[in-house]
Amino acid sequence: MAEPMKIRTKLVDGSAQIVVLMIHPMETGQRKDPRTGQAYPAHFIQNVTATVNDKPVLVAQLGPAISKNPLLGFRVKGAKSGDRLAISWEDNKGEHARTEATIA
Amino acid sequence: MDQIRRLILKGGGASGVLAVALAAGLLRPTRVFAADWNKAAFESKAMADALKNIGAAGAAESAEILIKAPDIAENGAVVPIEVTSRIAGAESLALLAEKNPFPLMAYIDLANGAEGYINTRFKMGQTSVIKVVVKAGGKSYVASREIKVTIGGCGG
Repeated sequence: MAEPMKIRTKLVDGSAQIVVLMIHPMETGQRKDPRTGQAYPAHFIQNVTATVNDKPVLVAQLGPAISKNPLLGFRVKGAKSGDRLAISWEDNKGEHARTEATIA
Repeated sequence: MDQIRRLILKGGGASGVLAVALAAGLLRPTRVFAADWNKAAFESKAMADALKNIGAAGAAESAEILIKAPDIAENGAVVPIEVTSRIAGAESLALLAEKNPFPLMAYIDLANGAEGYINTRFKMGQTSVIKVVVKAGGKSYVASREIKVTIGGCGG
């Protein structure tokens, strides 16, 4: 099972500023093992979905060019303190994770 | 495919079929969008093809898209980027790097109050032009910026 995500939220001027840190190697498939010359197989997060009170606010498709342990910061207007935030991701091998948080 | 995704976003807002399916446990949440990874666009090797595959060929240059990123990235494996769109009603944001093996880095749909803003970190193999595409009201807008890299973030 994947490691939990770190989520930080802050309300500024009626808008929730949300930062999510996902723990993932984000292997590109381009990097080679120096001993064998074989490329490490690609392993990266492809889809990230964020919902506030079960309504999708952000649906991201990522490629392997996103850095290791991806960081995603976004803002949701009209979100209120106590709103339920849920983030889920799935990678190219079908591994997935889901974390819930409450907007501060 | 783009149309379908927007329908899912809008339908989800009104808690339609999707929510029912979720409640019934027919679909796991992480599976819903799994098929919705734009393989053609993410595997395009040329910037022009990638733009075409996300439906943004012929996007208009816009000064209303602000890209905050370092001019020179010391470590190409972790390049911070912050994008703010002042275009009203941004529906999606895409990040592309011209010289990467696959230019498209991320495609992000926004809905239900999500602002035209994104903050992330990406990898660059070499000095390259970065493009940000914003879609709003059925039109595409693009802004570019060059980032120099001293140590590449791909290969190895």
